[in-house]
Amino acid sequence: MNKKTVIELKNVVKKYFIGEITLEVLRGVNLEINKGEFVVIVGPSGSGKSTLMNQVGVLDVPTSGKILLEGEDISKMTESDLAQLRGKKVGFIFQQFNLIPTLTALENVILPTIFQNVPEEKRTKKALSLLNEVGLGERINHKPNELSGGQQQRVAIARALINDPEIILADEPTGNLDSKSGQQVMDLLAKLHSVEKKTIILITHDIDLVRYAQRTVHLKDGEVVKIEYNHHSKR
Amino acid sequence: MWIDYIKIPWKEMKRRKLRSWLTLLGVFIGIAAIVSLISLGQGLENAIEQQFQALGKDKLFISPKGGTFGIGSSVIMTKKDLEVITDVTGIERAAGMTFTLGQIEFNDQVWFPFVSGLPTEPEEMALIGEAQTWKIFKGRNLKKGDKFKALLGFEYTQDKILGKAVEVGDKVLIGGKEFKVVGFIDKIGSPPDDQGVMIPIDAHREIFGKEDEVNFIIAQTKTGEDPATVAEEVKKDLRKHRDVEKGNEDFEIQTPEQFAEAFGEILNIVQIVLIGIAGISLLVGGIGIMNTMYTAVLQRTKEIGILKALGARNSQILTLFLVESGLYGLGGGIVGVTMGIGFAKLTEFVFVLAVGPAFLSVDINPWLISGTLLFSILVGCLSGIAPAWSASKQKPVDSLRYE
Repeated sequence: MNKKTVIELKNVVKKYFIGEITLEVLRGVNLEINKGEFVVIVGPSGSGKSTLMNQVGVLDVPTSGKILLEGEDISKMTESDLAQLRGKKVGFIFQQFNLIPTLTALENVILPTIFQNVPEEKRTKKALSLLNEVGLGERINHKPNELSGGQQQRVAIARALINDPEIILADEPTGNLDSKSGQQVMDLLAKLHSVEKKTIILITHDIDLVRYAQRTVHLKDGEVVKIEYNHHSKR
Repeated sequence: MWIDYIKIPWKEMKRRKLRSWLTLLGVFIGIAAIVSLISLGQGLENAIEQQFQALGKDKLFISPKGGTFGIGSSVIMTKKDLEVITDVTGIERAAGMTFTLGQIEFNDQVWFPFVSGLPTEPEEMALIGEAQTWKIFKGRNLKKGDKFKALLGFEYTQDKILGKAVEVGDKVLIGGKEFKVVGFIDKIGSPPDDQGVMIPIDAHREIFGKEDEVNFIIAQTKTGEDPATVAEEVKKDLRKHRDVEKGNEDFEIQTPEQFAEAFGEILNIVQIVLIGIAGISLLVGGIGIMNTMYTAVLQRTKEIGILKALGARNSQILTLFLVESGLYGLGGGIVGVTMGIGFAKLTEFVFVLAVGPAFLSVDINPWLISGTLLFSILVGCLSGIAPAWSASKQKPVDSLRYE
């Protein structure tokens, strides 16, 4: 396989210092994720999944080790550069949806473009087409509290896509949803992978979601313990 | 787009209406106080300036030291002093008046107003006429040849002083002597003036026994002379005549400019003190904004994390919060300016109703309005700096975890 690496973790260590105690959450993680790949990272709670996600999504920098995003070392970047990079390259989908309650669905989707200075006309058009794509074309002027959990998560997906990022990073996206809404969200992610050729990184403790992945990374106690390839992944 | 940086904070402010209004309240009280005080003060200053303009800047006012217009002073000036003044080179002409606290009787009721004795010689009358700012309301002015004739203040046209309105042609007793009322002066606005009584100086001297005395002298300087310089000359000659040392003068000379300056100075001090107090209330308002913003930052910790995850840079978060606190300032400014103008206009209305139009005309200055608005935005932004800074510095990972 001659695939381009989007993100590469080299011996990533993350330690938290709480008073006298040092907590080593990631203990030298090595991982390469290729362009267009659908990777599921699974592990029990406390395995360091969320911390790993923060590193991959460049929300945080490692204590030691290197993270290369499209070949660029992020550990040397300023906070501002990291923010800029996140906005362009990574689309986040959270378990809690994390929409801004004062903004409508449309405004929430547009939000990331504001920080990238995308022209008004272009961004509205794009946001509308994305909301249509996730099946919410009729609800663009609704505030988050007027939408169901599944609908909120679909708004979040549209928001994650607005800047056309390389990577979609989903942290327990179905964790707060009933099984039907969860199914819709997973179908959308699968479609983004197969049709839009997006790189999807899904973090979950739900072993059932492994069937969507081409590759499953098992994390335990801050270390990668097993990597499985699934050539018959369900699309 | 810049408009987004106003829209997003604006929506946040609307989300917590009560808190936003309370924050605005803290600001607009201070702003309203400042605007109304400056408008009123400016109006008062303009009114005073107008009065002195009407008085004429080429006039000197000479009176015994102590007391008001010679009343209540132990010093006596005489016709001889008037002659000395008239002889000063820089003086065109001068006229003397007498004043006393007298008694007026009408309709079996008695009142004790200021009674002025005015010259009736045409030239002297003209001089006083130039210096006086009042107008005839009814009837006529005093004129040459009048003796036991009286010109009364505006309040005598109503029944509140003597129980019954006095009419032109009525007979009144002044200092026990019968006078015929020839006219009334239009409303001036201060009770002592509006209750005043004016009679010819000869009659005044006769009734009140001021044979030789002069209580107040108005002198006009020659065209092209500097009133202040002439005033010094008059002072010198009067010192010599009255045999007093320099610095120990028992008389006072004032020019309209001095009056205006003295008034202006007092007014400025009063204004500075009041505005200082208003400024303190604005400071408190600013602290209110700061408090609100700190609370907002805390409450929106998670949202800050979300914005950062979505690619917001620290400077962009900082801008969002600064705009929000600036909007609090601006909102407080708009409400405050409106209320301040309203309050000033209301005060003017009440004043005019109570004492007459001469005293106050509120000056609404566009510079004051725009300046105040800018200032209130500034107060808002300054108050928001620290909270906005703390918001911008939050770590995205920690903020996202915050519940």
